[in-house]
Amino acid sequence: MEETHEIVLTVNGTHRTARAPARRLLSDLLRHDLGLTGTHVGCEHGVCGCCTVLLDGAPVRSCLMLAVTAAGHEITTVEGLAAPDGTPSPVQRAFRECHGLQCGFCTPGFLCTVTALLRDTPRPTEEQVLDGIAGNLCRCTGYQNIVRSVHRAAELLSEREGGA
Amino acid sequence: MGTRVFGEPVQRREDARLVTGQGRFLDDLGQNALAAAFVRSPHAHARILDIDVSGALDIDGLVAVYTWEDLPGRVGEPLPLLIPHPTLTHGRTGYPLARDTVRHVGEPVAMVVARDRYLAEDAAERIRVDYEPLPAVVGIENAARADRLVHDDVPGNVAAVLRQENGDAAAAIAAAPHVLEFRLAIERSASMPLEGRGVYARWDADDGSLRVYSSTQASTSVRAAIAARLGLPNGKVEVVAPDVGGGFGVKIVHPWPEEVLVPWAARLLDRELKWTEDRREHFVAAAHERGQLQDVRVGFDDAGRILGLDVRILHDHGAYTPYGIIIPIVTSTQLLGPYKIGAYRAEVTSLYTNTVIVTPYRGAGRPQGVFCMERTMDRVARHLGLDRAGVRAANLIQPDEFPYDQGLTFQDGRPLIYDSGDYPELLRKARDLIGWDGFEAERAAAASDGRRIGIGLGIYVEGTGVGPYEGGHVEIDTAGRVHVSTGLTSQGQGHETAFAQIAAAELGVPLGDVRVTTGDTRRFGYAVGTFASRAAVMSGNAIALACRKVRAKALRIAGEALEADPSDLEITDGVVHVRGDATSAVPLRTVAVLSNPLRYAFDEEAAAATQFAVGRPSEEAPVAPGDEPGLEGRDYYSPVRSTFAAGAHAAIVEVDPETAEITILRYGVVHDCGRLINPMVVEGQIHGGVAQGVGGALYERMVYDASGQLLNASFMDFLMPYATEIPKIETDHLETPSPLNPLGIKGAGEAGVIPVSAVIASAVEDAEGLRVDAMPLSPDALYTLRRRAEHDPALRTE
Amino acid sequence: MKPPPFGYAAPRTLDEALAALAAAPGGKVLAGGQSLIPLLSMRLAAPPALIDINRAAELDTLRTGDGGVRVGALARHARVERSAEAAAVQPLLRRALRHVAHPAIRNRGTVVGSLAHADPAAELPAVLAVLGGTVEAASPEGRRTIPADDFFRGPLECALGPGEIAVSAFFPAAPPRTGSAFAESARRHGDYALTGVAAVVTLGEDLRVTAARTGHLGIAATPLVLDLTAAAGSAGDWPAAAAHVRARIDPDADIHASADYRRHLTGVLTERALRAAAADALRRARD
Repeated sequence: MEETHEIVLTVNGTHRTARAPARRLLSDLLRHDLGLTGTHVGCEHGVCGCCTVLLDGAPVRSCLMLAVTAAGHEITTVEGLAAPDGTPSPVQRAFRECHGLQCGFCTPGFLCTVTALLRDTPRPTEEQVLDGIAGNLCRCTGYQNIVRSVHRAAELLSEREGGA
Repeated sequence: MGTRVFGEPVQRREDARLVTGQGRFLDDLGQNALAAAFVRSPHAHARILDIDVSGALDIDGLVAVYTWEDLPGRVGEPLPLLIPHPTLTHGRTGYPLARDTVRHVGEPVAMVVARDRYLAEDAAERIRVDYEPLPAVVGIENAARADRLVHDDVPGNVAAVLRQENGDAAAAIAAAPHVLEFRLAIERSASMPLEGRGVYARWDADDGSLRVYSSTQASTSVRAAIAARLGLPNGKVEVVAPDVGGGFGVKIVHPWPEEVLVPWAARLLDRELKWTEDRREHFVAAAHERGQLQDVRVGFDDAGRILGLDVRILHDHGAYTPYGIIIPIVTSTQLLGPYKIGAYRAEVTSLYTNTVIVTPYRGAGRPQGVFCMERTMDRVARHLGLDRAGVRAANLIQPDEFPYDQGLTFQDGRPLIYDSGDYPELLRKARDLIGWDGFEAERAAAASDGRRIGIGLGIYVEGTGVGPYEGGHVEIDTAGRVHVSTGLTSQGQGHETAFAQIAAAELGVPLGDVRVTTGDTRRFGYAVGTFASRAAVMSGNAIALACRKVRAKALRIAGEALEADPSDLEITDGVVHVRGDATSAVPLRTVAVLSNPLRYAFDEEAAAATQFAVGRPSEEAPVAPGDEPGLEGRDYYSPVRSTFAAGAHAAIVEVDPETAEITILRYGVVHDCGRLINPMVVEGQIHGGVAQGVGGALYERMVYDASGQLLNASFMDFLMPYATEIPKIETDHLETPSPLNPLGIKGAGEAGVIPVSAVIASAVEDAEGLRVDAMPLSPDALYTLRRRAEHDPALRTE
Repeated sequence: MKPPPFGYAAPRTLDEALAALAAAPGGKVLAGGQSLIPLLSMRLAAPPALIDINRAAELDTLRTGDGGVRVGALARHARVERSAEAAAVQPLLRRALRHVAHPAIRNRGTVVGSLAHADPAAELPAVLAVLGGTVEAASPEGRRTIPADDFFRGPLECALGPGEIAVSAFFPAAPPRTGSAFAESARRHGDYALTGVAAVVTLGEDLRVTAARTGHLGIAATPLVLDLTAAAGSAGDWPAAAAHVRARIDPDADIHASADYRRHLTGVLTERALRAAAADALRRARD
C-alpha cells in the first residue's frame, strides 16, 4: 500500500484537506480529489498551459507540481475567478464578449493567466499581451479573439476601478 | 418575427459554463470510475510472441488485465472498415487489442483496469511483451518501393488506386504549347485537439443497458458500433458526447479500439470504467493526416489557361484503413478548386506504412489538393512571366456558369457540381484586401532597408454539407421553452448558439427560451456526424424544417383557440397573435398545453388554457388521424448533393536574409459561405482554421525515424503555434447563398485551413525567388534550399 | 502519464535536506520541478525518493553585492528576472531569463535547479559559463564552490556528487565598460533554442575592445565558452569573430535543425549578440 500524505491547502478561499500519495500531481488533486474539474489537463508535460492555476497569485502549471508541494499554499482555479455571488470577473466577461473561446478546453488556463497578467500590468501593450499569453496553447481560436479579450478585460477592469 | 437573431453576432450560450469551469468534458465525468490504461507497442512492426502479465498482478488496486485472447466473439474481431469503396481493394483494419502482429508504435496490446490511472500505469509498465521485430515500412517512397510489406497479403503496400478523369488529359497536355512537370510534397500533421480522446462507460445491470460517454464527433455511430460489438440492441445503448475539447477530424473515427473495450469491460466487471487518453497516447494511437507526394504534369497556353492537368499522388494512410480513402477522394476532386481546366486526370495510390493511421484532419485532403493546384498556377505564371493573380483569373469559373459540373464524382458519391459562387469577385476582394497591385512599391521600399518580403495568394473551393442527412427535433413545452435537439456533436463550433438562432428566428421566440442539445442519442438517435463542414448546413436546415412543422402546428392549434385563420396568425416573442392585433393572442406555452388533450390540469398553465376553446367535434377522435399530441416536430434534411463554399487568401511574408526565419506580416481572408448564421462564430472558425494552416505551413510535422519511432511525440517538439506565431488575420466576406438548402448556407468550419500552405509557399517563393515545393517550411529547410540553389539554378524561379 | 511511486521527504532546513538525501541513495532533489516532473510523468526517471526542498526557507534567497548576484536554490526565475538590483549588477541575467520558457514556468522554476539540470540547450548554464560564475554545493561533509567550467559535465550531467545539494549560484557582476547581450533562435517563442549565445564585450579606457567572450547553448554537450578577443581584434571585427565561431563549432543535427543550419545560425546570432554587447558596453562606458 502506497504511503499517503495529508495535504491541507486553501483553494478558492476555502480550506481543503485531502489524503494522497506524494506522486499525485496538483492537477489531479484539484480535479479528482477536490472535484474542481474546471482545471483541465492537456499535455501533462507543462507545455499547453490548460492546467494553469494561480499559486499564491502567480500562474503555475498544476501538472508540473506535486500536490504535496502545494500544501499550505493558496490556490485559485477557474472556479474561483468569479465574485462570491457568481458574477463573472471582467476577464471572464471579456472572453465571452469577444468570442475568446471555442471548445473551452484551454480557456481556464488562459483565464487564470490573464487574470494575473492584468493584475500586474493593468494596461498591457499588444506585445505584453502576446508575451503574457504565449505559454498557453489554443487549437481553436487562432488567438486573435483571445488577444482582443485581454484588451477588453483591461478596459472592463479600468472601468470598474474608475467606478469604485 | 421578433428581434432579428439569424445573422447576428450574438454571444455564445455555451460560454457561460465554459468560462466558469462548469463545462463537462469527458474526464470531468465518472469521478469514481475505475481507470483503464493500455500497454502499447513500442515497435513499428513486430510479431507478438508472448505476453506475461504476472509482474503486474501484485499491484495494489489492480482489477483486471485483458489481452486479445480474452476478447470474446465480435469484441475481438477486427475493427470495421467504415467506408468501403470499390477502389479500396485491400482495406485492412486492426484488432481492438493486437492479435499476433503490431503494425505501428502505439497499437494497443493489453488493457489494464485499476483503481486509478496511476496504478493502471504502474501495472501496464510491468507487463512484459515478447516481440519479434519485423522490418518497418516508413515513408511514402519506401512504401511505394515495397521492398517490405506492412501486410503480408497486400502486394505493393497498395490499398487502393483511385482515378478521377474528365477528358483526355494526356492528349491535351501533348497538344499544349507549354508543358511543365514537377513534384510536390506535404508532410504529416495532426488534428491535435487539446483534449485527447476518452471513453467512460456505465453498465446498468438491472436494466441491461449501457451508457457510454465518448469524446467523439459521431455519437450515434459509436452507439451503433458498440451495440453491434456487444450484441445489444441499439435501444439498450446510450452514447453521449459531452463537452468535447476540440476534434478537428480525429474524433470522427469510430469505433476506436478503446470505444469497444471500455464498454465491454465495464459490462463484464459491472463497474464504471473510464479511459482518458494522455498526450503521449494521442500522438501514437490516434490519427494523423496530410502526408502526400504529388507528381504534376500540366499543359497550358500563352495566356496561362490550363489545357490539361495530370496528377499522380502517393498518399500515406498509415497502418490501417478504417476510414477508407476519403482523403484521396477529396484531394483528387477538390484539387480543381475554382478553375475550369481543359482535361484532368488524377490517380491516387493509397499506401500502407508502419505508422499511425491517417484519417481526416480539418481540410481533409483539401489542403494538399489546393497546394497542388495553386503551386501549379504559380509555376505557370512564372513560366510565362505573367502576373500570378492574372493567370488565376484567366482560369476561373465565371458567375454565370453555375451550376458548374466538374465532371467528377465527389466524396458523397454524387456528381461534383458547384451550386453557386462568385470567384472573380473573391479574387478581386483578396487583391484589394492585401494590396496586391501596390505591392511592388512595398517590396522596393523594404528592399532598400535590407528587408526581403514577398506576396502570395491562393483560392479554394470546398464541398461542404455532405449528406446523407441530419435531423432535428423541436419541442415547445408548457412553460414556453423550446427544446431543440440534433444528433450530431459539437466540438467548440458554437452549435448551441447557432442552432438556437435558427430556431428562434423560425419560431418567433426569444433566443433565451431555446435550449439546444447535440450529440446525445437519448435525445436524437439518427445522425451522421460532425465533419466535412456539415453541421450548420445539415443540422441547421433540419432544425429549420422541424421548426417550420412545429410552427405550422402551433398556428393551426392557435387558430382553433382564437377562432382565426392560421394564415392570419404570426408569432412574436413567443406569442401567437392575429397579425396586426396584439389582443387576439395566445402564448406558445398555452398552445403547448392545448396540443396535448390530457384530462389533467397539472399546472397553472394547463388550468389557464381552459379559457380557450379546446377539443374537437364529439364525433371525432381527440387526436386526429395523422396528428400527434404535443407541440413538437421532427424533420430531416437530406440534400441531393454538397454545397460549395469558397475563399481567397493572400499573405505578405518577410524572410530574414541571414537566419532564414519566416514571418507572416499580413494575412488576408475573403470568405464565402453563403448566408451567415452568426458572423462572429464564422469569423472565429476562420481564425482558428488559418492558425492551424500556419501550423501546417511553417511548424507542424510528424517526424518518424527509419524504424518507425515518432521522434517528436510531445508538445515540446510537435510545434503547434502559440499566440506569438500567429499573425493578425484580416477578413472580408462575400455571400452567395446556396440554392440547395432552405437557409441558403454553406459550411465554414474547415475553410480557414485549406489554402494556407499554398499561400505561404507562394509568398515565400516570391520573396526568395526560390521554388517552394514542400511544406512545412522551417527556417532550416529554407536555409538548405538557399544553399542548394547556389549550385542548382533550376531551384530558382527566375 | 503519471509519475511512478517514490519516497518523499519535505525537509525544512538544508541540514534536514542533506540528511534526507543521505538516507535515500539515488534520491533526487525537487525544487521548481519544471524539468523533473515531466520526466517523472513520462516515466523517463524513477528515483526512489524525492527530497522536496521547497520548505527550506533558508535557500530562498537572492543577494546582490560582493561583486555579483548570488541566487539561492529556491529563488525562482521570475524573482531574479524582476529584481532591479540583480539587473543592475549583472544585466545579462535578466536578458537571458526572458528567454527561459514562459512566464508560468519561470514563476516556479529555479535558477539553481536549471543549472543543476545541466541541459545544454538551456539559457542559464551558458550565462553562468560565459560569466565565469560558480555553484556552491553542500553535503554532510561541508561546502565547496564549483566553477562553471567544472560544473557542467555533459548533457543533463553536472558535477554534484551523490548526497550533494546545490545551494546557490554566483553570477559575477559586470565589470566597468562591459556590455552584454543575449540572442537565441527558437522555433516558437519560449521553446528551447536551436542555438543561442550570451555575449560579453569589455572596452578599454580608449573604448577599444579588450575582451570578447561568448557562451553558447544548443551546440555542444555542455555550454561552450569561446574567447573571441583575438578573433575580433581591438576594433571589434564581429563578422570575423562570428566566422571564427562557425569554424570552431561542430553542432549536432536534430529534428528541428540540421548541423549545417545550426552552425550558420550560430554565426549569425554570435555576430548580432557581439554587436549588441559592444553597443551596450559603449553605453555603459559613457554613462
